Amino acid sequence: MIRITPDALNPHEVTELVRKPSNGAVVTFLGTTRDLFEGRDVDHLEYEAYQPMAENMLQQIVDEIRERWAIEDVAIAHRVGRVDVGEISLVVAIGSPHRKEALEASAYMLDRIKTMVPIWKKEVFQGGEVWVGSQSESAATPPVT
Amino acid sequence: MRVAVRFFAMYRERAGVSHTEVELPEGSSPAQLLVHLRSEFPSLPAEAPVLIAVNSEYVSDEAVLQDGDEVAFIPPVSGGER
Repeated sequence: MIRITPDALNPHEVTELVRKPSNGAVVTFLGTTRDLFEGRDVDHLEYEAYQPMAENMLQQIVDEIRERWAIEDVAIAHRVGRVDVGEISLVVAIGSPHRKEALEASAYMLDRIKTMVPIWKKEVFQGGEVWVGSQSESAATPPVT
Repeated sequence: MRVAVRFFAMYRERAGVSHTEVELPEGSSPAQLLVHLRSEFPSLPAEAPVLIAVNSEYVSDEAVLQDGDEVAFIPPVSGGER
């Protein structure tokens, strides 16, 4: 299952999709909104996706994992739009017969998501905002050092 | 030929629009399209690294565009957490 949605994510529901008797290991990763960004108090995040392409790229990563580790059961949910501090922006659940493959595939999935899936994150804090990775800020607030 | 252009994230904010259409000479590349767009939207970042997708697939900026293509300029991505 690959889902990109503005709705709140339910990690239990995503995890249940990869649970089955032949899977002795299930790894679920949650990405959540942290309260500090480079020393500044974060108010909320805004995620934007190029949705059809993001879904295609996520499917491509799932296919890579299927080929490398023979893992069949992967579920991914990514939230878009406003995400408040402490809320979940990403759920990745992977089930496999043994833990080693599930842990390795989880780490691989997260690295690949960061580099190739067209989803962007804007940190909105008191007095400014910044697209993460852009090196460019819309409002200048010196970081607290 | 005519191509559709999509902007995202910082590019969308700088351009002030999320999409536009551009008339280009046959055989133009994404690099040539970007030069055209930077004159139409001078606020687009001149130096920031950007990836290019045509019809939802990453391509080289020297690729040959076709009439009706959807070209997306993809600033650095940041899905998930960091």
